[in-house]
Amino acid sequence: MLQLLLLDKSYPTGDLALKSVSLQLASGEVLGLIGPSGAGKSTLIRCINRLVEPSAGTIMLDGQDLGQLGSSGLCQARRQIGMIFQEYALVERLTVMENLLSGRLGYTGFWASWFRRFDAHDIERAYALLDRVGLGGMENKRADALSGGQRQRVGIARALMQSPKLLLVDEPTASLDPKTSRQIMRLILELCQERGLAAIVNIHDVVLATEFLPRIVGLRAGSVVFDGTATQVDHEVLTQIYGDEDWTAITQRMQATHAASAHKQTADSPLVIA
Amino acid sequence: MNATQPHGANKPTCTWSPPPFIASVWTRWILYIAAVSYLILAISSVEVNWARVVLGLERGWAFVLGFLQPDFSSRWGEIVSGFKESLTMTVTSTVLGILLSIPVAVGASRNLAPYWVYLVCRSFVALSRTLNEIIVAIFMVAMFGFGPFAGFLTLTFATVGFMAKLMAEDIEEIQVSQLEALQATGASYLQVLDFAVLSQVMPRFLGLSLYRLDINFRESAVIGIVGAGGIGATLNTAMDRYEFDSAAAILWVIIVIVMFAEYTSGRLRKHIQ
Repeated sequence: MLQLLLLDKSYPTGDLALKSVSLQLASGEVLGLIGPSGAGKSTLIRCINRLVEPSAGTIMLDGQDLGQLGSSGLCQARRQIGMIFQEYALVERLTVMENLLSGRLGYTGFWASWFRRFDAHDIERAYALLDRVGLGGMENKRADALSGGQRQRVGIARALMQSPKLLLVDEPTASLDPKTSRQIMRLILELCQERGLAAIVNIHDVVLATEFLPRIVGLRAGSVVFDGTATQVDHEVLTQIYGDEDWTAITQRMQATHAASAHKQTADSPLVIA
Repeated sequence: MNATQPHGANKPTCTWSPPPFIASVWTRWILYIAAVSYLILAISSVEVNWARVVLGLERGWAFVLGFLQPDFSSRWGEIVSGFKESLTMTVTSTVLGILLSIPVAVGASRNLAPYWVYLVCRSFVALSRTLNEIIVAIFMVAMFGFGPFAGFLTLTFATVGFMAKLMAEDIEEIQVSQLEALQATGASYLQVLDFAVLSQVMPRFLGLSLYRLDINFRESAVIGIVGAGGIGATLNTAMDRYEFDSAAAILWVIIVIVMFAEYTSGRLRKHIQ
């Protein structure tokens, strides 16, 4: 569904943020992107919806070359790609409902959005999504009155309002406490499964990544150095991605969670995320 | 403090002073001496005619007396019509100036506009901010004749520069993440401006608009003196005729209205923020 081919990004300062990155993502597939700070994770996902303009390479989404689109074509293509941000990036002075409906702006005319006259279906969908992410009844609260976890739920709901095919998720848990982080990751994964969404999740917490995300891609200094399943991530792979370090504690924790989730899956249901 | 250090030899010898603002000793002293000698020369070049000062004090005293006994009645008609003119000038120029300042402010923000638009808008803002209202008013009076229309144009021009500059600074400081998030939804440029930019700068926009309304009323009194109509023109006429008691009445009216405007706009601004 999504194909990145030999993507390069160099900044005007001369820094090469991405070097010949190629990546394939199947429909409904969820991928975790890990790597050290400055490896180009954020740049990579921003190149997909062209918030950052790639220097070279092609981005194909369902057979459409996103790199060739003009500004109105780009707006239409962006509607299919939802984005979730580290610091939530909500419009803080607006209500929760306005934040959700802003996900429909690509489908709404200017004057309708100026007077906040959104389509009735959109409003219905917004209420349903608010309930789904556990924020029922909060529609008239201002976004800056919410807690971090609640804000991220609004951020997720806004991205889903676009009815996207693909989600780009940039460090969704970096500003959250461990418990809320897990809840948010679980929510994102559940929603992706429910709706058959593909997703690329930038995340620097390796344990959290390998627990929730079936496929892991490692980025180091702008290049893909690992692409495999979460269970393949071990001492050697981590050294390859992050460099030398004593990884024992982390690999032990990963093995423990793998064992636990394998046990849980065989006990609960035959469902395997693949 | 020296109880544990009885020997004078152990006194700490390290010293530190902040680095001087101008590093080179020579440059520093030459600049100091140049500045002081210019000041001395400048002061000694001012000629003071003491006889004229005494005369001025007498006139000033006459004015103070007039100020204490303002004459509202003999020129009341002129005062009212001048005030109406000033108020009309203020309100219309503020509204039009603010409306025109919005596109200029967006254009003058580096994070929203292409570079050439930015340069054009910034140049306009710089021009409008460099030219004092009185100078612009003199131009406008020369171009469009005496009267409130020249004043209206002057204040509109000044309002655009003022609002656009301050709003552009505010717009350049908005959170980029909100801008990115709205762009990522596929919203059009205007929709991004509405949701991500306007919502963030709205409180300051309203506050500045009220502040400018208040400034414009004060300025309308000043530019009237160079012929741009309004209460300033009435004041100028009274002064020309040496009718200090009527002039005092006009000043009282201006003071009361300006204080009222400042107080109300201050209250409103506090309420908004």
